[in-house]
Amino acid sequence: MRTVFTVFVKEVLDNIRDRRTLMSALLMGPLFGPILFAFVINLSIERSLSDGEKTLDVPLIGAEHAPNLVQYLVSNNMNIVAAPATSEEAVRAVKLGEHDLVVVIAADFGERLRNSLPAKVELISDRANTSAERDARRVRNALYSYNRELAALRLSARGVSPLTMRPLNIDDVDVSTPSGRSGILLGMMSYFFIFAMLMGGMYLAIDTTAGERERGSLEPLLALPVTRGRLMLGKIFAACLFMVLSLMLSLASFFVALKFMPLEQLGMTPNFGPDVVVKAFLLLLPFVLLGAAVMTLVASFTKSYKEAQTWLSVLMLAPTLPILVVSLLTLRPRTELMFIPSLSQHLLLIDMVKNEPLNLLHVAISVISTLLIGTLLTWLCARLYRREGLLG
Amino acid sequence: MIKVDGIHKTFGKVHAVRGVSFDAPDGKITGLLGPNGAGKSTTLRVLYTVLKPDEGSASIDGKDVVTESLEARRCTGALPHGSGLYPHLTARENIAYYAALCGIPRSLIDEKVAGIIELLDITAFADRRTKGFSQGQRTRVALARSLVHDPQNIILDEPSNGLDVMATRALRELILKLRDDGRCVLFSSHVMQEVAALCDDIVIIANGRVAMEGSAEHIREQSGCDDLEDAFVAAITNVADD
Repeated sequence: MRTVFTVFVKEVLDNIRDRRTLMSALLMGPLFGPILFAFVINLSIERSLSDGEKTLDVPLIGAEHAPNLVQYLVSNNMNIVAAPATSEEAVRAVKLGEHDLVVVIAADFGERLRNSLPAKVELISDRANTSAERDARRVRNALYSYNRELAALRLSARGVSPLTMRPLNIDDVDVSTPSGRSGILLGMMSYFFIFAMLMGGMYLAIDTTAGERERGSLEPLLALPVTRGRLMLGKIFAACLFMVLSLMLSLASFFVALKFMPLEQLGMTPNFGPDVVVKAFLLLLPFVLLGAAVMTLVASFTKSYKEAQTWLSVLMLAPTLPILVVSLLTLRPRTELMFIPSLSQHLLLIDMVKNEPLNLLHVAISVISTLLIGTLLTWLCARLYRREGLLG
Repeated sequence: MIKVDGIHKTFGKVHAVRGVSFDAPDGKITGLLGPNGAGKSTTLRVLYTVLKPDEGSASIDGKDVVTESLEARRCTGALPHGSGLYPHLTARENIAYYAALCGIPRSLIDEKVAGIIELLDITAFADRRTKGFSQGQRTRVALARSLVHDPQNIILDEPSNGLDVMATRALRELILKLRDDGRCVLFSSHVMQEVAALCDDIVIIANGRVAMEGSAEHIREQSGCDDLEDAFVAAITNVADD
């Protein structure tokens, strides 16, 4: 036990003195997620809020053929501006991105309208361009509602109730709660926590094998009267300590960052108070040992520090895989899914953020299976630390 | 007391050590002499238990290096080739770390470390971080940490590599002092003069085999050469042929 502790203390001291590595591990990981999140959310809120109020410039061809329609668009907060001369030129201009959209009113618009024949209005836009599509949708909706108004007027003029045109009364009832809606947005949050946690221990995990080897300190260390398993344990525990620190920092920074995100304006109130932060920490804690063991294991097969770094960067993406599959298949938390580390933490965390009651059986399975797999991998690391190939 | 009995070691297709046997008794300096790639380092790595021999056996103070490797390591201080230090720790901390790992009681560590620092003349840079140390300073710290637990057997792999004249001299004095304390010192080198000047027994290794062994006198007689260098060349060319 003393050996494990000696190694642990030395590794912690060594890592703390390595300022640059420590900074990147403890600052980059925990801060990267929340900052990115706050940025994206603020940007999207800003856009969605400003778009509705902003006067939209609509390039329009043939305004003289449909003065009433033009008037209708203007009253819907749109501004008619100059457009290319012909419809062919308009198509080209939209393709090239010179215009986001162009409305073309056919020359016979007035005449067909008078004769109660469908009058042609073209809306040229590029649906692949998401930001332009938002504007096009506004114009499209305005055109549809103008269409409906005209239809209703025609029916009234002929003595038919406009309600005949509405055989169905469709009412869309949304049962989602403000906390529930935030689950969609904050789904990736659990990955940020796991990412930050892994970042915190990555350098120590590499150092255990590839780092020591590259420095030439592995052989003298192994020549000491100490069993290799104990050396490995001390190193894994040291990595765990920094991973826990990193996890705490990332939870705290997320907690603070959420206060600066005007999520209520998107109709979301994530349930992420201090009690949830503590629960999330306890829920993610078992993943620390597993993460440290996996990273150490992968690093032990590499030949150099650089190679280990490359492999571990790839490994960082591994916990996203189950999360990705789940969001694609929109799986609900199920008992059998709780056996899968990272996935179980993700599902439970989402439940908490959505303010849904936690299933205690699920929590127990998640904690126990993650701890068991972590212990198994640690044992495997200790075994592999005995092989000669380790010396490189 | 180190005994090596017919060890073999193969790495992939390279048969690095092909049946090396020799004894290194207490109170004597035994030199492992041989050209580059002769199998010296591999033999020593088997002795400080980081490698397992494919065949044959070796023991340190009667402890088998494979079956009782922990006990064998306990009575051995090893300085592997190109030993690295921890750059963020001071020289003193590097040595104290090894002292703690070797199981020296916590209350005695400071005293032990201070003693070895003085013995190896490290005092001037003992409390500086080892990052940026010269080769000579690094070797001295590495040597200090492998000797901090007072091992009876000392295995040094090319310890004088990269040392200047003064440092080499200091090292030589230390090795002689360890011998006079009655310890078993085994070291490897490819520099013949060094081995000739220092060793009581010489084991010439070439091509993974022992080409010749004995005192400098004995080797000269055996090979029929007056000059040790000629004897060395004669011995290794004999083996290299087969």
